[in-house]
Amino acid sequence: MANEVVLLDTWVSSFGMRVRIALAEKGIKYEYKEEDLRNKSDLLLKMNPVHKKIPVLIHNGKPVCESLIIVQYIDEVWNDSSPLLPADPYQRAQARFWADFIDAKVQSVTRRVWTTKGEEQEAAKKEYFETFKILEGELGDKPYFGGETFGFVDIALVTLYSWFYVYESFGNFSMEAEFPKIMTWVKRCMQKESVAKTLPDQKKVYGLVVDLRKKLGLD
Amino acid sequence: MGEVKLIATTQSLFCTRVEWALKLKGVEYEYIEEDLRNKSPLLLEYNPVHKKVPVLVHHGKPIAESLPILEYIDETWKENPLLAEDPYQRTKARFWAQFVGDKCVFGAFEAACLAEGEEKMKAIESAQESLAFLEKQIEGKKYFGGEEIGFLDLAAGWIPHWLNVMEEAGGMKLLDAEKFPSLHEWAQNFIQIPLIRECIPPRDKLLEYFNASISYMRSLATS
Repeated sequence: MANEVVLLDTWVSSFGMRVRIALAEKGIKYEYKEEDLRNKSDLLLKMNPVHKKIPVLIHNGKPVCESLIIVQYIDEVWNDSSPLLPADPYQRAQARFWADFIDAKVQSVTRRVWTTKGEEQEAAKKEYFETFKILEGELGDKPYFGGETFGFVDIALVTLYSWFYVYESFGNFSMEAEFPKIMTWVKRCMQKESVAKTLPDQKKVYGLVVDLRKKLGLD
Repeated sequence: MGEVKLIATTQSLFCTRVEWALKLKGVEYEYIEEDLRNKSPLLLEYNPVHKKVPVLVHHGKPIAESLPILEYIDETWKENPLLAEDPYQRTKARFWAQFVGDKCVFGAFEAACLAEGEEKMKAIESAQESLAFLEKQIEGKKYFGGEEIGFLDLAAGWIPHWLNVMEEAGGMKLLDAEKFPSLHEWAQNFIQIPLIRECIPPRDKLLEYFNASISYMRSLATS
């Protein structure tokens, strides 16, 4: 049976990037379709009627939604090389816990850092710092969150690197100064082709956000 | 298979779904009731990040977050599998479990906490849109898992009991039997299963709990 893989995504989405990294890690060929979120395609609305969001992976015509669920699916179907989740059930549970933390805490607070001002932004920054401190604590001295090898939690978090310049600029702080261990880990991840080729340039993301802020009436 | 402990609270639907999984697999465990207004050193040690229940402790090692806990239980104890073998079926179960087990719970609670008015009506409509998706998933099936209950049944298992109580405490009707006949039937079947029934908290205590939570949330909204 032909393996037909299509990805509905947007170039700037840190969620979509997770799927692209996973596909690259496994060497999977796929067709990429850039969505215009202000004008969602019929295909997207049909494939993700519940959330109407990207990314959506379509494998042999069947949709898979939610980036972390997609990454697990990719790992389970293309299971002959480059495992993304650990083999041990306890380690897998820890990986799922931290991926959930990244989605529940990190993704929500990072958005507030560049979309708010004044007191609200100060509160967001404080929460952002607390959250990354927790992540640095979890990383410790390990090369990757999963230990010796790049995996699920690394994929869940590293895609935010392309947005760091946005947070630093509008939040007025430096990731290197505040979270040196995280930055060392980022640089290590960026040595991997799957990550380096997937993550867009930080300045390009920043340019998009500048436009977006104008549209949102923030500037 | 090693010592198993569950740190939980009786009222929490997130905790009961873990108990269901353990009982389904015939796993013996020690239940440790937590007082969330006065968190124990044990909880703070085992879940320092969120300080929440449930926490499963196996061989002295903690696991937090109910859905990862369910997957861990399924991978560790092989009787009565919760997830299918096929990756696409597993993925569907995970997607719907995240939707109904998390998003829908907070949607329903939000609707319950709103006082009468347009906002409440909108929240109820939104919650019912979610239930409509679930109705499609259960149509033609006895359980979400097929002939036997599985991962998604446990994740959705809050609906027959907790939602019912939330509806009373919040003055709303979400699970309309006419609008959602298949889901309604599933709920009736699910809650009759003995091992499911024996884990749910007593209705009067749960109603007290939701009445108090909802009053508190409403008071915050008006202050």
